[in-house]
Amino acid sequence: MLEQDIRYLKYKTYLSFYCPHCSNTFNVERAHEKSLIFNAKWKNEDLVLKLSPFLDVFDIKTSIEMPQDEVLDDLFCPHCKQSIIDPHVHCDECGSKVGKAIVSAYAKLIPFYFCLKNGCEWHGITKEDEKKIKLKIPRQLMPEQDQKLRVNNFQEVPYGYTTELAMLEAGRCLQCKKPKCVEGCPVNIDIPGFIELITQEKFTEAVHKIKETNVFPAICGRVCPQESQCEVLCILGRKDEPVAIGRLERFVADYERKMDLVEIPEIKKNTGKKIAVIGSGPGGLTVAADMRMLGYEVTIFEALHESGGVLTYGIPEFRLPKSIVQSEIDYLIKLGVRIELNHIIGNILTVDELLEHFDAVYIGVGAGLPWFMSLEGESLGNVFSANEYLTRMNLMKAYKFPEYDTPMPHGNHIAVIGGGNVAMDCARTAKRTGASEVTIVYRRSRHELPARTEEVHHAEEEGINFKLLTSPTRYIGTDSSIIKSIECIRMELGEPDASGRRRPIPIEGSNFIMDCDMAIVAIGNGPNPILFQSTPDLKLNKRGYIEVNPDTMETSKEFVYAGGDIVTGAATVILAMGAGRIAATAMHKKLTAIQEKAKKKVVPKKKSE
Amino acid sequence: MFQIKKKETMAKGTIVRFDIDAPKIAKKLKPGQFVIIRVNETGERIPLTVADKDAFAGIITIIFQVVGKTTALMRSLNEGDFLLDVVGPLGKPAEVDNIGTVLMVGGGTGVAILHHVAKAFHEAGNYVIGIMGAKEKDMLILENEMIAICDDLVVTTDDGSYGERGFVTQPLEKYLNERHDIKLVYTIGPIIMMKNVVKLTKKFNVPTLVSLNPIMIDGTGMCGGCRVKVNNETKFCCVDGPDFDGYQVDFDELLKRNSMYLQDEKDSLLFSIK
Repeated sequence: MLEQDIRYLKYKTYLSFYCPHCSNTFNVERAHEKSLIFNAKWKNEDLVLKLSPFLDVFDIKTSIEMPQDEVLDDLFCPHCKQSIIDPHVHCDECGSKVGKAIVSAYAKLIPFYFCLKNGCEWHGITKEDEKKIKLKIPRQLMPEQDQKLRVNNFQEVPYGYTTELAMLEAGRCLQCKKPKCVEGCPVNIDIPGFIELITQEKFTEAVHKIKETNVFPAICGRVCPQESQCEVLCILGRKDEPVAIGRLERFVADYERKMDLVEIPEIKKNTGKKIAVIGSGPGGLTVAADMRMLGYEVTIFEALHESGGVLTYGIPEFRLPKSIVQSEIDYLIKLGVRIELNHIIGNILTVDELLEHFDAVYIGVGAGLPWFMSLEGESLGNVFSANEYLTRMNLMKAYKFPEYDTPMPHGNHIAVIGGGNVAMDCARTAKRTGASEVTIVYRRSRHELPARTEEVHHAEEEGINFKLLTSPTRYIGTDSSIIKSIECIRMELGEPDASGRRRPIPIEGSNFIMDCDMAIVAIGNGPNPILFQSTPDLKLNKRGYIEVNPDTMETSKEFVYAGGDIVTGAATVILAMGAGRIAATAMHKKLTAIQEKAKKKVVPKKKSE
Repeated sequence: MFQIKKKETMAKGTIVRFDIDAPKIAKKLKPGQFVIIRVNETGERIPLTVADKDAFAGIITIIFQVVGKTTALMRSLNEGDFLLDVVGPLGKPAEVDNIGTVLMVGGGTGVAILHHVAKAFHEAGNYVIGIMGAKEKDMLILENEMIAICDDLVVTTDDGSYGERGFVTQPLEKYLNERHDIKLVYTIGPIIMMKNVVKLTKKFNVPTLVSLNPIMIDGTGMCGGCRVKVNNETKFCCVDGPDFDGYQVDFDELLKRNSMYLQDEKDSLLFSIK
């Protein structure tokens, strides 16, 4: 059991000790208020107890006059009429038997009475009241590491909700009949569904509900841009702040994992067909999980020595702990998915060779070729691509150098070029290596920063500087060709461009020199040519990414599917997962159809066995 | 896990040869391509060009000079031990056609790779002239193998303890002066040597390919750590190379980039000694 849960249980138990004797007496002043009626026994006589639900006061008083030093014998649920006095629980103060009317997670706002007997779930307030109360609950903050401490370690920044906070937050959800949030989710998770289960303390059921459409909630709960997908559409967000859907998703996933409740679901009957997945990033993992569950034999081919793709080499430990990625991958292995590490498809095996052994192939290789700006001095020492910097730090664990052999790039004044999530990751990682000053250099204004608000906020908290409306023009090196400064130019915003964001225009003559001893270029990535070189018949679009049928994710090559960044260009983890899901569904449909056809005609399989 | 089937130390123990059991890589690998090796869990990924392969036996041969922590660690391994990761084949293969006469220039450990490419040129029916250099007689590697595939071979040593005294550029100049049928010069070795070779071939206007070995991490085009400037454009050695038109490579920049981690390399070694 989690430490935070133990604490909460104590808290809850404390609240539930409702002692009819000493806790309190008749509350004359508020007797006129609408009260809840309890039946009770006192000295073998039946009594009626009135409890007034002061909606914003936790400390409830009984509304019946009880003589001093007298003890109630019993208290009954007004709904199921069963006793809610627990003979085994005694009041700390007076030692009398006490009631087990539980105050729910709404405790801080209202006394929310649950009867615990035989599944009775009466809570004594009307729907209307409930709604009013819900609107009063503020969005719950996630406890996180102190900002001064965390810049000295690589541990995850947010601790996640406690059960108490999660239930309180879940209680805010209005359970809309036509939930907008679900429409905003790329994989259409039943958001109100899983949130309702949280309010009922059914955390495992809640995570199962999510897993119906999203295999990796622990990851998505951490790295999804909820503020622009589901949460942005939340009705509560119109007047107040939206429900913290991502934090709740993360909570139930963590609960399941930490409580060791992860179960291997039943896998459909073996279809006898094989699927090859190229790349073990979020998209590839999704396809693998989906297809395996449908009864296919799945093999993932990963180029690096560890699986997980961008989840492993890209996103830093403090944002997505590698142990979580690993446990998701272990889950896949338990499902029966094979993972072949160190396999660069295109070189060691080509797509055509894979098609000889597999019935379908999914390409989820991501966009991994870092862009540079072709500026003077870009090849100077201590100028890194974000990919190199993050790969060194995350995959190769350079922050543990010299325990690990890969050297850690170090600087004291570090400039990070770019304003996306990757730039934030680089800046925050750099700060953790002990750099005294880390500056984000971004060519547009704060409003256009492509990074998640939460990441920008975290970066600011950690003391990252932002030089906005600024763009580098050249890198200046020392005599030994190590970077010593960057020449930058100031920008102003013009008319919106194709992306809808206002175009940055350099202000002539505004050049200035910014000193730094290390620079990280985080301006995006393009497609990697390795796979294409050996698969010339794979049709690409104008931007150099793979062209697919958006309904099926099938490429110009039959039985070859693709999705994620290699189709869309650099995007998000969840979009890659969404694409994986579409591809898996389409693959299954196509392969099943072929099998049915073959059965009808009673002809041998098309492919050589 | 990849097993070391055979180990041989050469050049006074400074150069080591491993025959590694890697059947899938051996099947696909072509001369000029390289692999990335990670010895153990805490190890770094280092690129090593393959010196030979036996597709039938599933063996690839690497020959490396002990220069830092990882190569020192590798030297300490014995036959039957395992390397944690071997990834490959990586990079574009050397373009080998029957073009007539080719001149292969290699220095130091570079001869290991030179030999693999020279063999391919030889098998493609070219007239292969080899020039190989070393510091001294004891540092010379693969001489017999080179003799077997070269139609003409010159060996130089810096101190004159074997073959011709001096650098590879001297016999190279001689050949370029005497023979006008040389279609291509292919060179691999220390950066400074390749730079001088190119300087010379430029004078004679003979196309020259250089095989580069910059700092790399993933070797798949992902990190951009191996970027080199070729014709003033940034190229990634791992996916665009390792062979480039020698005339267009910015060797000075490459020299500087390759010396970026010298201090870290020392720290790393010191740490492991402690």
